[in-house]
Amino acid sequence: MAEIQDFRMDKKPVWCPGCGNFGILTALRGALADSGYEPHQVMIVSGIGCHGAVTQYVNANGFHSIHGRTLPVATGIHLANHELSVLAMAGDGDGYGIGMGHFIHAMRRNMDMAHIVHNNKLYSLTTGQTSPTTDKGRPTKSTPFGVIEIPVNPLTLALSSGATYISRGFAGDPPHLRKLIADAIAHKGFALVDVLQPCVTFNHVNTNTFYKERVYKLDEDGNYDTADKMAAYERALEWGEKIPIGLFYRESRPTYEDEVVTIRDMPLVKRPVEGVDITKTMEQFL
Amino acid sequence: MEFSWMIGGEAGFGIMASGLTLSKTFARGGLHVFDAIEYPSLIRGGHNTYMVRTASREVHSHTGYIDMLVALNEETIHLHKEEMAPTGCILFDGMHEPEDRFGVHADISLFPIPLGDIVKDLGGQPIMRNTAAIGATIALIGYDLSLFENLLADMFKHKSEDVVRDNIHVARAGYDFMMNNHPGGSGIIVKPADGLRRMVVSGNEAVGLGALAAGCRFYSAYPMTPASGLLHFLAAEERNHNLVVKHTEDELAAILMAIGASHAGVRAMTASSGGGFSLMVEALGLAAMTETPLVVMEAQRPGPSTGLATRTEAGDLRFVMHASQGDFPRVVMAPGDAEECFQAAGHAFNLAEKYQVPVIILTDKFLTESHKTVDGFEPVPVDRGELLDHAHLDNITDYKRYEMTDSGISPRIIPGHRKGVFIANSNEHDEHGRYLEDPLNRTAMMDKRMKKLEHLAAELEEPHLYGPKTADLTLLSWGSTKGPILEAMMLLKNSDITVNFLQILNLYPFPREKVTRIIKSARLTIDVENNQTAQLAGMIREYTGMKVDEKILKYNGRPFTPEEIANRVAEVVRHG
Repeated sequence: MAEIQDFRMDKKPVWCPGCGNFGILTALRGALADSGYEPHQVMIVSGIGCHGAVTQYVNANGFHSIHGRTLPVATGIHLANHELSVLAMAGDGDGYGIGMGHFIHAMRRNMDMAHIVHNNKLYSLTTGQTSPTTDKGRPTKSTPFGVIEIPVNPLTLALSSGATYISRGFAGDPPHLRKLIADAIAHKGFALVDVLQPCVTFNHVNTNTFYKERVYKLDEDGNYDTADKMAAYERALEWGEKIPIGLFYRESRPTYEDEVVTIRDMPLVKRPVEGVDITKTMEQFL
Repeated sequence: MEFSWMIGGEAGFGIMASGLTLSKTFARGGLHVFDAIEYPSLIRGGHNTYMVRTASREVHSHTGYIDMLVALNEETIHLHKEEMAPTGCILFDGMHEPEDRFGVHADISLFPIPLGDIVKDLGGQPIMRNTAAIGATIALIGYDLSLFENLLADMFKHKSEDVVRDNIHVARAGYDFMMNNHPGGSGIIVKPADGLRRMVVSGNEAVGLGALAAGCRFYSAYPMTPASGLLHFLAAEERNHNLVVKHTEDELAAILMAIGASHAGVRAMTASSGGGFSLMVEALGLAAMTETPLVVMEAQRPGPSTGLATRTEAGDLRFVMHASQGDFPRVVMAPGDAEECFQAAGHAFNLAEKYQVPVIILTDKFLTESHKTVDGFEPVPVDRGELLDHAHLDNITDYKRYEMTDSGISPRIIPGHRKGVFIANSNEHDEHGRYLEDPLNRTAMMDKRMKKLEHLAAELEEPHLYGPKTADLTLLSWGSTKGPILEAMMLLKNSDITVNFLQILNLYPFPREKVTRIIKSARLTIDVENNQTAQLAGMIREYTGMKVDEKILKYNGRPFTPEEIANRVAEVVRHG
């Protein structure tokens, strides 16, 4: 079985010192080790933004795609070979902004993949513009007079779009996040892990301290039922003095690939390319 | 024998289906067929036409004249009476000829037939007027009704015996009406020929069959006319051929899923029209940078923007040639008919995998939605190029996905092997796929990728020259104009000018040498294109430095007819 060090690459990350991505990277490698998969059985797809470099620092198959397009690439890979464990990484700008359409449709599909969103509530690689999760009223480089829109709530969106595993992690608590990512990988279906990630360079409001003072773990509440969708909505709307992290909701629903007859017996990639006989198919044209 | 038939009426009258049944009825009688449809972007109303042209020799195109017009409403007569052949005839839904004969020329015979009443008396649906009309057509041309009856039986057998019986009754009633009222027929005679049963295939279906034969297992697309036919065909074949056909949320997802599937080792394809391809353009570059094999069909229609959504044009050549930022190798193919569509699909998958590049099959509405009879298809043997198998990987210590090689082609693997872990990267990268900004690496990687073009160019099928080796004038074109041009050359056979035609089958890498050679040896060159700016002529200028003498262009949303080309060629010769 693979260990944490098997998923390590001898390359120094380019992220800013103190970046939340380090915590996510640590948690991710740990979760991969926990998953029981080996590096060659894993496919990590990333988008563009600070998070995108994650494929460079994990020893596993990687596909560093383009801005906002993580999920369709991951979907194609998964449909072609559902024996690979597919992890789709995104940033908040990437996944909730330009890639929003794909995000919602991926959840409707319930394809078996883990979707980890590095949510720093800002566009950071492009030096600090507003993102879909930036709070209303916050001045940024692209909204010097304050953001006018209200922020996207990834969790309520996921609840209404059909994701079957919905969680929120915190980059400042890698052991807890590791557990969430490992559960997301193990979950059969589409698993969202929205990760609160401080951006030390551009986001001076949602800092590490900001989150440390506010986050509390849902799993420490013995009365919280992760099968109760309405309760999940309630907690997902909670944001202020207290911010819940952990597993919000989980349900079991057939995955997309369960219902695709042609990949039930074997992955597409194992079917022969040569020798396809179209003689019978041609009869319909006579 | 040549016969051109057109049915016209409102959208919603079932015209599309009925035209195809007549095409197949002729094909089952051993005849050759070409058909073409015209319809507005409407589900009901507007004016639809379906032209079926049949002959005992191969038919390459529709034509500008109509021997027999079936008018399901009066509008059809007014819109098309000027296209009637001098001794043609018109069947129309009615009890008798009106006094003014719809203003139709006296030499044109009119055949009223109460289609609606015939269907009603037999308890059929109004849409079955078409079936009665085809029965009547067969009576008027002395063709074999049993061929149509057998076709109806095959078409409806999956429904029920009642449906088959009802349709055959309606067809016979139409046939009997004409036999009883006009036993002399129309004067036009169409007889079955040698009995060889040919397939009647659209360009979309031919591409789809070619893709299936090539082992394509993944097709993702978003519906857009005129590429949708390919989606429909492959979706229906999903379970017969063990593929995954995904109707995606948008065109971006369509191409990206195909890239993902291809990266995972499956032969994958997507398609759209120009508007949808516009959305795919960013991802086209992703395929190029990650060197992921990809096949894309771009079925052109008139733009810009929504343009004429259901009409034809060939105005996207320059667009697909240059689509996406940066320089990268690609292949642009432009099949001219159904046979070439099938072949193009087979070659496209091979080239995409051998050279690890995007391959674009450029078609258009006229090509994808017209049907043509074909004798059969000869599948292109599968060649996956340098794809390392697992046994090979077992012995590798350091797999470099983007290894520098003399050919520019780095051996590819199917992800999932212990020794084949790598990163595909949209950023410039080193041989392992890791992000690298180093200027020397950048130059080397660019050169590596572009080097493929030399080898690729040598492998592509050369332009086809039709007609005599040297002629008074040489027509140059690409894509679906092939059919009307070949027909125009037949029309010009009896004139005093000799014509040949260079069809540029593969447009990129541009076949510089052969085009240069042909133009140099030509006396007069004419570029024939279905666009406003003579895009091919521009490419010829760019790649060969030579200027095409004259241009025949059409861009009103309709395909060329053979007569138009022949007339304009004659005009150029007269005045040029």
